[in-house]
Amino acid sequence: MAIDMAAAEYDPSSPMVMQAFYRRIFPYRPFFLWLNQDHVPSKLFTHREFAFTLAGDVYLRYNSFANADDFKREVLRLNPSRFEIGPQYTARPRDRKTLAAGALQPIRRELVFDIDMTDYDEIRTCCTDKKICRRCWGYIAAAVKVLDHGLRDTLGFKHLLWVYSGRRGIHCWISDPAALDLNDDQRKALVTFLEVIKGSKEQAKKVNVRGSKDEGDLHPFIKHALKPLGPCFTKLCLRDQECFQSERGYENLLALLPGDQQIIGRLRKKWQQSPDRSSSDKWNDLALEVDALDDKTAIGRKFIKAREDIVLQYTYPRIDAEVSKHRNHLLKSPFCVHPSTGRVCVPINPARIDEFDPETVPTVGELLKQLDNIPTDTDDKTRKGDDYEMTSLKPYVEMFQKHVDAVLRDTKGSRKAAKEESMEF
Amino acid sequence: MFKAEKIGGRNVTASASTSDVKLHSKASEASTPSRYPHRLNFYDRPPVLDITLEEFETCAIDRLRVLAHIESLNHRSLPAPQFSAAVATYVKAHLPLNSNSARSANLEEERRRDEIGHWVLRLAFSRSPDLRARFIRSELSLFRERFTSDDLNERNTFLRSMKFNWEEVGPTEKQELREDLMACMPWGKESKKNDAFNAEKWNKVPWYTVPDLIGSRRVFVKGGMAYVPNSSQISLVLQAYSARLETALELTAKNLPRLDEDERLGPVIDHLASSFLSGLAAGDYQPADGTSGAAVTAEMVDDLARKHFSPCMRNLYERLKRDHHMKHFGRLQLGLFLKGIGLPLEEAVIFWRRMYGSSMTDDKFNKEYRYNIRHSYGQEGKRANYPPKSCQQILTTNQPGTQDSHGCPFRHFSPDNLATFLVSSYPTLDRSSAEMRDILDSVKNSHYHVACTRVFEVTHGLKKGDGLGKDGETVSHPNRYTERSREIEADRLGLVKKDEEEEDVVMAE
Ligand code: SF4
Ligand SMILES: [Zn+2]
Repeated sequence: MAIDMAAAEYDPSSPMVMQAFYRRIFPYRPFFLWLNQDHVPSKLFTHREFAFTLAGDVYLRYNSFANADDFKREVLRLNPSRFEIGPQYTARPRDRKTLAAGALQPIRRELVFDIDMTDYDEIRTCCTDKKICRRCWGYIAAAVKVLDHGLRDTLGFKHLLWVYSGRRGIHCWISDPAALDLNDDQRKALVTFLEVIKGSKEQAKKVNVRGSKDEGDLHPFIKHALKPLGPCFTKLCLRDQECFQSERGYENLLALLPGDQQIIGRLRKKWQQSPDRSSSDKWNDLALEVDALDDKTAIGRKFIKAREDIVLQYTYPRIDAEVSKHRNHLLKSPFCVHPSTGRVCVPINPARIDEFDPETVPTVGELLKQLDNIPTDTDDKTRKGDDYEMTSLKPYVEMFQKHVDAVLRDTKGSRKAAKEESMEF
Repeated sequence: MFKAEKIGGRNVTASASTSDVKLHSKASEASTPSRYPHRLNFYDRPPVLDITLEEFETCAIDRLRVLAHIESLNHRSLPAPQFSAAVATYVKAHLPLNSNSARSANLEEERRRDEIGHWVLRLAFSRSPDLRARFIRSELSLFRERFTSDDLNERNTFLRSMKFNWEEVGPTEKQELREDLMACMPWGKESKKNDAFNAEKWNKVPWYTVPDLIGSRRVFVKGGMAYVPNSSQISLVLQAYSARLETALELTAKNLPRLDEDERLGPVIDHLASSFLSGLAAGDYQPADGTSGAAVTAEMVDDLARKHFSPCMRNLYERLKRDHHMKHFGRLQLGLFLKGIGLPLEEAVIFWRRMYGSSMTDDKFNKEYRYNIRHSYGQEGKRANYPPKSCQQILTTNQPGTQDSHGCPFRHFSPDNLATFLVSSYPTLDRSSAEMRDILDSVKNSHYHVACTRVFEVTHGLKKGDGLGKDGETVSHPNRYTERSREIEADRLGLVKKDEEEEDVVMAE
């Protein structure tokens, strides 16, 4: 009963709850610095679009703000259920009605990625639809590992911020100056470079990265990605998810093999006869068939390649390409509250992505409760620091702060920051 | 600052202190031959040339026509080889630029005109981000065509002269990355790959400067750098050209307002930009004046309309047939068109009389309409011979009001009405077909003539990209549309006849 009461009290769809969150918890300062990349408001902030979603699905686009205080004031006034971040425009978005046609053009914007569990529905067996658990999070973890490594080592970016999307996905924001400057063509090219899984529900084979005849070698980037994905596949798809256990599961697998009816027929018969063969057993059965083939023959080579492609199809990151291609795509801000789960969109350390459990992410209700438990006499001006420091959001804000510091060190702001600091001490 | 001023007579001086275009009046001092040692040109140095206003305009129009054609080819999403072939044919015919080895050509003059055209269009195209982007895109295709068709030695000399600061991959790094670099080599047999690898050289550039190579995974990437083999050098060159052009255009845009001070260059430049915006270059096609070729009779119009009229004329004709009435601009558009397809004056009078039918007395017709018809045939008034209207004129002048039926259906109909009109006029077109989607998409992007070309293809059993059936030609004139349609029919009839003769078909009953 008491629990129910608490839940009702801290319902994220309640305006009071969100108001309290925005008033006491949202980390405005690091948030501003992160987008602005400087201590003094720059165009990166003042010309930036913010879009607010209000109760009743009212959507307000083209807001922009002079500074962090201005932003905070409006957030408190509008009390949005969530808000999204767009690009820096050629002019202040809020002036758009007074501008000449075509004068408001997006120019700079973090490079962003969005990975969502929905794209994994056909290959996860533990949950469906909007649900997510630690087990299927493994897919997201595998994706983050490959992308994080690729974006850093291959593409040369440094400032990546991974953020839990509040329910069943993850976002990545890249703040390097080179990333901000990418135009849409360059973003498109990058997405095409990274994208390996393509095709609709109707298409069984979604990995087609070996040229028109499907015989070429993998591009080194994909080849290097296969190394960590191999073990992932064994652990996640074979052991944990049992992707090929059910008839539908192994039929999907057979559909991905090159057209050798003998081999496929033999495997199908074997698996139909002993339905309890595990996914690992079946993968081994396939391995034995492939080993028996001469790798100098065309069919032998095809099967070896097909096996690699299957690993890719089951583990390679499935990114929502549209999100990354255009500078003016709006993406939900970090530290927003997911309206239905109440979970805060917190940063995630990619090095510890395997340990991340979406179930343990603080909800707005928990945070407010933690604040309520603080004796009231400390809740006044004598207290130092921010309210979030007394909640379980603290480590996440600190992680964010560290990321922001690194971004600032690399931009013009760093010099100023250093100066301010040396004057303070 | 771009500043253009008139210095007497027919000559024009334009000077710009930042971009320094100088077109000045002394009529003798030709540029030195050494100005164009190469066929290829990045147009880095603004020309200082003697030039008349007329030359200023014609050089620009020649180039504009080519760029507009390239753009429309671009929008028809042709397969790459077909696209380059179409560009090559067109460029060769309309903007020739020969290699040094071509002894016969007047290299100096060709290159000079090429350069002037480019610089004038920069002025016309710098004014909006959209125009700039479209200009750059078409210029790049033009450059690519010339680069790939250039003499190999001359091309290398040109590249050396440009002194690009590409970072060469040294031998040690090359060996270290051997496996990865080889994996990105597309060419040759496995056995030849080693030799190819040893002979090849690579340059390193930030990956985002070669988006095309990244998107197609044709290069190895590491630490933010793309490793570009010499065989893919064209991407690097185009990227360098595009970056320079972009910067230069932005600079010109900032300084452009000053140009308005000259009352002679301004209109020319405005006209160039608006021609391009309507998707067309001026007057490529000269329709017949109606005095040559087999005459068309009033009797034949109905049949011709069904089989060969462009959508705009088809629409006008159907309206006229239904309403027995047509407003001024509609009469003008249809009347001049009919003259262009070979309807002589006497037949035109019969045609119009018949179309008005009983809705008009003979008396009224003779008094008011006969004169107008004769006038449009140059037989009255100042006896001017008015040419049929081109798509560009139809698209951009005399915008139709609510009671009018003239104009271009692609531009002036709502998408719904357009679809209905097309489906009812062309039974081969299905409302929910991929072709219809193509057409409506082009319309949405304001590429009306591309949509019209697609209609031509579909209704004449041509493949996408065939255009009017010759070099992928795009529709630019209703009369050309009709002319090609009739030619295609004649060709096919010729073939059918031959078949019939050979097979010796006996038609029973
Ligand atoms: S594009 Fe030209 S020919 Fe086609 S309908 Fe429009 S005006 Fe007529
Ligand atoms: Zn799950």
